[in-house]
Amino acid sequence: MSEHQPENLPATSPAGDAATPGAEVVDQRQGMFGVRGTGDTSGFGGLRRQVALPGGSARPYGTWYDSAVDHLVSLVGDDAIEKVLVDRDELTLHIHRGRLVGVCRHLRDDEALRFEFFVGVSGVHFPNETGRELHVVYHLLSITHNRRVRLEVSAPDADPHVPSVVSVYPSADWHERETWDFFGIVFDGHPALTRILMPDDWPGHPQRKDYPLGGIDVEYKGAVIPPPDTRRSYN
Amino acid sequence: MTQTRSTQSDPYATTRDTIEGKIFTVTGQDWDSVVAGLSDEPEERIVVNMGPQHPSTHGVLRLILELDGETVTEARVGVGYLHTGIEKNMEFRSWTQGVTYVTRADYLMPFHNETAYSLGVERLLGITDEIPEKASVMRVLLMELNRIASHLVAIATGGMEIGALTVMTIGFREREMTLDLFELITGLRMNHAFIRPGGVAQDLPPGALDKIREYVQWMHKHLPEYAALCNANPIFKARLQGVGHLDLAGCMAFALSGPVLRSTGYAYDLRRAQPYCGYETYDFDVPTWDTMDAYGRFRIRLQEMHESLRIVEQCADRLAELDGAPVMVADKKVAWPSRLAVGTDGMGNSLDHIKHIMGESMESLIHHFKLVTEGFRVPAGQAYVPIESPRGELGCHLVSDGGTKPYRAHLRDPSFGHLQALPAMCEGSMIADVIVAIASLDPVLGGVDR
Amino acid sequence: MGVEEQLPSGMLLTTVEGLAGYMRKASLWPATFGLACCAFEMMTMGAPRYDSARFGMEVFRASPRQADLMIVAGRVSQKMAPVLRQVYDQMPNPKWVLAMGVCASSGGMFNNYAIVQGVDHVVPVDMYLPGCPPRPEMLLDAILKLHHNIQTSKLGSNKRALQAECEQAALTAAPTIEMKGLLR
Repeated sequence: MSEHQPENLPATSPAGDAATPGAEVVDQRQGMFGVRGTGDTSGFGGLRRQVALPGGSARPYGTWYDSAVDHLVSLVGDDAIEKVLVDRDELTLHIHRGRLVGVCRHLRDDEALRFEFFVGVSGVHFPNETGRELHVVYHLLSITHNRRVRLEVSAPDADPHVPSVVSVYPSADWHERETWDFFGIVFDGHPALTRILMPDDWPGHPQRKDYPLGGIDVEYKGAVIPPPDTRRSYN
Repeated sequence: MTQTRSTQSDPYATTRDTIEGKIFTVTGQDWDSVVAGLSDEPEERIVVNMGPQHPSTHGVLRLILELDGETVTEARVGVGYLHTGIEKNMEFRSWTQGVTYVTRADYLMPFHNETAYSLGVERLLGITDEIPEKASVMRVLLMELNRIASHLVAIATGGMEIGALTVMTIGFREREMTLDLFELITGLRMNHAFIRPGGVAQDLPPGALDKIREYVQWMHKHLPEYAALCNANPIFKARLQGVGHLDLAGCMAFALSGPVLRSTGYAYDLRRAQPYCGYETYDFDVPTWDTMDAYGRFRIRLQEMHESLRIVEQCADRLAELDGAPVMVADKKVAWPSRLAVGTDGMGNSLDHIKHIMGESMESLIHHFKLVTEGFRVPAGQAYVPIESPRGELGCHLVSDGGTKPYRAHLRDPSFGHLQALPAMCEGSMIADVIVAIASLDPVLGGVDR
Repeated sequence: MGVEEQLPSGMLLTTVEGLAGYMRKASLWPATFGLACCAFEMMTMGAPRYDSARFGMEVFRASPRQADLMIVAGRVSQKMAPVLRQVYDQMPNPKWVLAMGVCASSGGMFNNYAIVQGVDHVVPVDMYLPGCPPRPEMLLDAILKLHHNIQTSKLGSNKRALQAECEQAALTAAPTIEMKGLLR
């Protein structure tokens, strides 16, 4: 068949996994199927891939981001914001966890920022990013200025404490409870940090990467299919 | 009345003492024992559990109400009885398979869940501008039909909970017409997995546009029935007016969006403020009401159904012109490869597609194989795309590690945050008003618990 | 179960069984146990188009004390399982359980920590109905098959004999994983 069929074109390479400077390396993956040693007949066993999230962006950030970041820095100082990332038309501010409540208060109250609508909190667990395993992600919306921002805070597994923003945004209450329930992140200053979606006496925090999916083998006549987290899968 | 054997041995019908006080489990015909037991206690507070199994709590919602007579002095909400682990399950399935999980989160608005997820994946892939126009129009069509179906359920179940059973029967009758359309276009009545990253799964079947227009005619004829039954009904107004009051400051504090926010008079709709899927090109109004109560939310939902019908008509007009246009993105490394058709032995890959991959193009065969078994790889990063669902702001926060499966998928469901406002709406009112307040919030526990 | 337990065996028992079976199936009242998506297909079955009332299932009883049939419609999470058992225990005999949908029958697509892999881990099930969600017509079909089972179910000593026979068969049956060689 012709070489110029549309499906024959090479794929665009996955955009700069580890290429960008300052990229946050979170994991090293080996091989392709998660099988090691003599079980790996694929031939892909020698593949090494570094998993890196996009690193910080350089100025100018574009559109309203520069003025907003400058304004925020003028209110809270330089040391509160660890990193600014503009990726895929979204602004992400990595905040030092000790300064989180102050930053949120300014984001909510200042006229030029006015992020009055608290959208949600959730957690992400990177077990191999030593010292910064637990990431807490906050999404804020400014209805006044029609803008969105994301705040990201990291905490190590050894000390999973993050200050609670319930005093600034009351609706963070249940979202923080859910993040505690699923990741074990303790929100200091939360009025009632208890489990919300799992039973009250459940051990463990299910959405952490070291917690198994917990499925059972599916039994067929003469065969068994194991649950998806124990099967081989693409890395 | 005789003491039956069962009361003696029924393990659920005893009283027991705890550090909180005496707990009674009432089974019927034993109110005397409760009253007698209560008079020993100095305080008069009674804590009642409206347990997860209840006909009027919109799903498996648990309410713990402290009562003083008929008045609720404190209300607490217990959720988690439907927690399914959808988000964790998605971490072990490919990006396209994630649609089948996310669609079952909030089961009354499956298309909205799918769209929020697909838009997030498309933003991560960077193909948001390459989604074909027909796919966007079909997404809007299905989302607006879903909005009608969801509001019908809200009104129907709300009516049932206050005793207006006719509203329930006619609501479900109209919903059936909507589900018929879903079945015609997607193949399923619920939980469709139709809107996928890259576009939609299938083109419109022949005859669909006529059916859509018939449906619009039917709804124009029947939607006014709800207004005629309820709007000026004195019992309906007495039950709903002034109930579940939450003003704009309260809505902002509790991060409420959707019809509840619009009932305060503030016309905030993400389809207008931060449009997606081409919503800026459609002609529709955003209804508001200014009484901040359950009645206002009911009127808004009714009016939103009319607005959705307007959008459906515009979609049908556009689809008539887009006959034959593609419904999946052109990039063959992402587009879902198979074309399904109903054959003699059921539904499967269409024979044209099989002929193409087996006989005509090796690349197509490879693409089909790799896309179905491995799936496409999404560059590392995060995305959050919010859409306006029938209940409020629904968004999907996706984290990718560059692989074939979501590293983390989190659904920001509107009902989850909205239920936090329930105590603020209910405390000080009567138990009956709690039911109406929940119905006006319209939570769906599948989305709350995921 | 009731008065039929006291009947002497053999005496007109088969006629009584037929009559009692007919009475029981003809007005089987479901308990509301709608959990998730399947609940809406169950409510649709009660709604005008599919109308379960014409089969005697006139009302969905909210109180389990007044219900005969528990249709477990939807996914049962670990937190909900004790509640399910409590509601089942509160139903008076005779009672039946219909596991509606794949999540209730076997855990469905959610093979994970949060969902009970089949409500038969918690309550005894009389009818399993697959589907995600099953159409209302499928639910009606399952209920009608259950009606047939109820109509032909045995009472008293016949029932005890049947139960002993079934238990014996189950004890000696081959487990699913041992049923090999069926593809040839």
